[in-house]
Amino acid sequence: MTTSDRPRISLLGTSALLFEAPGAFDLPHQRRIWALAATASKWPDIREAIPGITNLMLTFETPPRELDGLIAALNDGWDAAEGLAIGGREIRLPVTYGGEIGSSLQSVADHCGLSVDDVVSIHAAPLYTVFALGSHPGYCYLGGMDPRITMPRRQTPLQRSAGGSVSIGGSQTGVSASSGPSGWHAIGHTSWTFFDPTWPTPAALAPGDTIRFAVERVIR
Amino acid sequence: MIEILSVTGPASVQDLGRFDQYRFGVGTSGAMDDVALRAGNILLGNDENAAGIEIPMLPFKLRFDRNMAFALTGADVEAEIAGRVIPPWWRSHARAGEVLTIKAMPRGARLYLTVGGGIDVPMVLGSRSTQFRGEFGGWHGRPLHVGDVLPCAAPTAVIGELGVEPAEITLARPNAAADETIVRVVIAGEYDGFDAATQALFWSSSWKITPQSNRYGYRLQGPAVKPEVPIEKRSHGIVPGVIQIPPNGQPIIQMRDAQTSGGYPKIATVIRADLWRVGQARLGSKLRFEQTAYSDALAAETEMSAYLDRLRTNARLVEETRTCRYSSPISRAWR
Repeated sequence: MTTSDRPRISLLGTSALLFEAPGAFDLPHQRRIWALAATASKWPDIREAIPGITNLMLTFETPPRELDGLIAALNDGWDAAEGLAIGGREIRLPVTYGGEIGSSLQSVADHCGLSVDDVVSIHAAPLYTVFALGSHPGYCYLGGMDPRITMPRRQTPLQRSAGGSVSIGGSQTGVSASSGPSGWHAIGHTSWTFFDPTWPTPAALAPGDTIRFAVERVIR
Repeated sequence: MIEILSVTGPASVQDLGRFDQYRFGVGTSGAMDDVALRAGNILLGNDENAAGIEIPMLPFKLRFDRNMAFALTGADVEAEIAGRVIPPWWRSHARAGEVLTIKAMPRGARLYLTVGGGIDVPMVLGSRSTQFRGEFGGWHGRPLHVGDVLPCAAPTAVIGELGVEPAEITLARPNAAADETIVRVVIAGEYDGFDAATQALFWSSSWKITPQSNRYGYRLQGPAVKPEVPIEKRSHGIVPGVIQIPPNGQPIIQMRDAQTSGGYPKIATVIRADLWRVGQARLGSKLRFEQTAYSDALAAETEMSAYLDRLRTNARLVEETRTCRYSSPISRAWR
């Protein structure tokens, strides 16, 4: 077994720890992350277990004196984790591709050597799964993007990107829930409410839900 | 109640933060200098998580509508109320109708105004802190404007004036130059992706805090620090203090309003016991990083806790002495 077959565990100062699973960015790996998150969230002194994209952040109520026990528990937990299949809702999100907010549509097409129409149809084709929430309130990271429209994140992040932006960052895609800084490339936008602090559960979507983008319009 | 008469820059209502909502994408928010906010609340006999006002720019002016104890902690301050000078890290008393004028911050970057009882805005998702990106919490989820009238909770009974030694003095770091802040960091996941010469450059450089630095993050300027090969991570959780290296090689320290996740490589994380020092470092000044082991980072937290414990003990002793003096029949006869 090579070292890349093992999870990577690293510190985020004294307030959190990051567990990164080996292997592909796909649904089977993500389901094991969801299972590990459900287990780890019950451990003592763990405030939250927050899934990312095939990784998991644990935040500490109290930082552990010794880390060895926690690291061993994570490794064992990963090996033992059966995929947790979460049955979610399916959401249809109408998207306007291109235009002022989706101004990176052309540059993504250029970078990938595709036409604008190709990028739109490739992006709108899959049924995406919400892998994780993060970044800002209500934001969903989606799994299932076609690798043909991969584009590296920005050299320097933008100070402000519009709410509702449909963006690509590396091999991931997502929809911003509000305006703010971003290192991703916006290719379109949607108007949909992802978050409301007065709802019993403040985020509209949860890991396991699925999204289908419906092409409403393409502005070239 | 207190009424805002003059405000410069994004002043906001903050408590210690919102710590258990990461799974919905909600970051911590909260005071950039949590030690100063705690100290203010200790001086006033408040719950240490009571909300205060974080003031990053001056002048700032407000009116008290009733008799009220208040304190100014954090940055050094030049302030007055009804002709009386208000020292930093000091509990004072305002009478109804009096106007507090905060004129200058000779040192530091953020000031905390705390009031007896605390600023009484509603708890949203477990905290009174302003969530700017989500536009909730604090005062209507936004910075304070002139004319805002903020409710204050019923105060605790504190008598007389009281001062404490600022954290900056008690917890001073050795070797810190006047315009340079040294902060301790624990190395993070992608540290080994940088070659030895680049790692050395990260430690030896004096990093300038650019004007694009705020509650979201501190963007630093210095020599380009780039990994041996570009690193593009799958998105993962991050916390305030994480130092990311975007492809341009210029570090960004994530602060209280940072995103809860990211994918740029992380070289190190500012330890919790030093994050307030970053919050008090001024735009244009310099930052230097010092490598620390996890166990030493925990020891630094213990040292910070001990300082706050001393403040609590001192404030309680002073209170008990004064309460005794004012309430005992002998002292009443003498007054």
